[in-house]
Amino acid sequence: MNTSDSEEDSYNERSALVQCESPTIPSYNQDHDVSLPQQTDTKRRRPVSSGLDEPGPVERERASTPDGEEEELTLKYGAKHVIMLFIPVTLCMVVVVATIKSVSFYTEKSSQRLIYTPFEEDPNSVGQRLLNSFLNTIVMISVIVFMTIILVVLYKYRCYKVIHGWLILSSLMLLFWFSFMYLGEVFKTYNVAMDYPTLVMIIWNFGVVGMICIHWKGPLRLQQAYLIVISALMALIFIKYLPEWSAWVILGAISIYDLIAVLCPKGPLRMLVETAQERNEPIFPALIYSSAMVWMVGMADSSNPGSADGRRRNEGGARAQEEEESEDDAAHGRRRRYSAEEDLEEDRGVKLGLGDFIFYSVLVGKAAATGGDWNTTLACFVAILIGLCLTLLLLAIFKKALPALPISITFGLVFYFSTDNLVRPFMDSLAAHQYYI
Amino acid sequence: MTVAVFFGCTFIAFGPAVALFVFTIARDPLRVIFLIAGAFFWLVSLLLSSLVWFITVQISNKNSATQQTGLLIFGVVLSVLLQETFRYGYYRLLKKANEGLLALSQEDTMPISIRQLAYVSGLGFGFMSGAFSVVNILSDSLGPGTVGIHGDSQHYFISSAFMTLAIILLHMFWGVVFFESCERQRWWALGAVVLSHLVVSCVTFVNPHYQGSLIPTYIILSVMAAWAYLCAGGSLRNLKLCLTCKDKDFLLANHRPR
Repeated sequence: MNTSDSEEDSYNERSALVQCESPTIPSYNQDHDVSLPQQTDTKRRRPVSSGLDEPGPVERERASTPDGEEEELTLKYGAKHVIMLFIPVTLCMVVVVATIKSVSFYTEKSSQRLIYTPFEEDPNSVGQRLLNSFLNTIVMISVIVFMTIILVVLYKYRCYKVIHGWLILSSLMLLFWFSFMYLGEVFKTYNVAMDYPTLVMIIWNFGVVGMICIHWKGPLRLQQAYLIVISALMALIFIKYLPEWSAWVILGAISIYDLIAVLCPKGPLRMLVETAQERNEPIFPALIYSSAMVWMVGMADSSNPGSADGRRRNEGGARAQEEEESEDDAAHGRRRRYSAEEDLEEDRGVKLGLGDFIFYSVLVGKAAATGGDWNTTLACFVAILIGLCLTLLLLAIFKKALPALPISITFGLVFYFSTDNLVRPFMDSLAAHQYYI
Repeated sequence: MTVAVFFGCTFIAFGPAVALFVFTIARDPLRVIFLIAGAFFWLVSLLLSSLVWFITVQISNKNSATQQTGLLIFGVVLSVLLQETFRYGYYRLLKKANEGLLALSQEDTMPISIRQLAYVSGLGFGFMSGAFSVVNILSDSLGPGTVGIHGDSQHYFISSAFMTLAIILLHMFWGVVFFESCERQRWWALGAVVLSHLVVSCVTFVNPHYQGSLIPTYIILSVMAAWAYLCAGGSLRNLKLCLTCKDKDFLLANHRPR
């Protein structure tokens, strides 16, 4: 199965940690100062839904708290948001690790490769392998950069329909084709007999409800669940089709790119955010995981859920043009659901781009796939969570869009390699003698 | 080597700890974060000690079994000392963070007290320590095999599970006593905690003679439990009141209107 297209798309999207903002209503603020600590800034900032695979900026709008009285409440609310992100990230990782450990399909090496990693890794020569993985990374990152730039250009010239259509196409691919594949492999692993009519019913229902939830309206929990599932599916595809060493180098390179794209003044993601802010539009409801429903005051007219699909991953679109299999995964689509109903400004919560979910899960999944050691997986898991925590802390301090990948991926990589090479022999020797530390 | 063994050992090893987590920590996001941070600190300490052990193994004679065992023992002692050092480091970090927060906010009270932090961080250390000790063993217990086929003990899994349970609870008690002794500047208590940790690790050197390792460990566990209870403000009187449902403060706080 050639999944190069979709895969490309999926990781083109960057994930960003964003906090949605809503316009602050001064009177409301004063009244509800204490009760709504997480007010958004007066500046209306759209979360950088870097629906793109690229790690999007992390944005957290904080209510302008005039005094430190709300610090404690802020701290409590800050902690609540961290947990609201810990849970989905953990769930996604659990799904990926459980699949990797039980379904052998995703750890079998296939001769197929993505077209984005054209160089084959030769296991015999270390130098050659290293070189090829770097070349693969360069190809992959340049494709991502190219896609992002196209996306920004499309957005600037208001080609919303293209972006919208592209996003729908990729999520269709992900929800139907990839989940069909996944289900097939699970059935094979557990030797479950299944007939096609039942399968068609299941996949059809799953896919259609997913499309509705993600692109239109649906219960928040269901939407969150679907986003987690499609992130997990994407991550599994990456784990299967990226060659060993290339995957690690790509993870590192993507975090560096995320850092650059979000923080540099000329970075594509930053330009995207700024353009969206200038136009006072919601950033595409690309694939962004939203931890809370966004209730915007007075946004009923400006926030247009349908058109929010602005930032679709262009990558996805370009990919389709590149003819690769249409497996573009909808990973590129970020989506954000605005519920512009109430007057009440609720706690906005934090948004995290799906690309972040995908790359965290790729890291933990690869840790679980290589070797049967659970210690490495656990160590990577804790490292990623701590990185996310630190990123959110920085978000609270700096109050602007921040990339969610660099810190977590760095910690994850450091802990993966050190646990695999240093801690594993130590713990194995201890377990063999039953010594406890 | 069956599913029954797997579930049994998992529940023995992690049951109380998970129950503690679910009932006391899961509701409060701040505590969860500090738990995970505690786990992270333990992990870093393990990393450092593994690094040192690895280096010593590389420069040693790999063929001599006694030397390797000696190095392993050295590794264990070093790891225990590093864990306690990192516990102290975590304590200092928490104090600084708490002071900073207190200074920032005009509130008089901190959102989380140092005693709660002691408990949570101890449990974090315990979770990570227990997980690293036993998860691989548990996953092996699911697969096929015969325990002790080469003459080793047949009680490998169950003894590992009980030892892990003891270690997790011990870490929690050590955390409470440690932080309390740091707060009160009672350095002898600090030394006692480190010493008891060393003793618990060193008695495992007599494994597989489990009576020699499990019994002292559980004795130390009960002593530390009582000590931690006293440090946390408990007393016999409190215990009696609680058990006979006469504790007015608790009843008032948890009063449910009919």
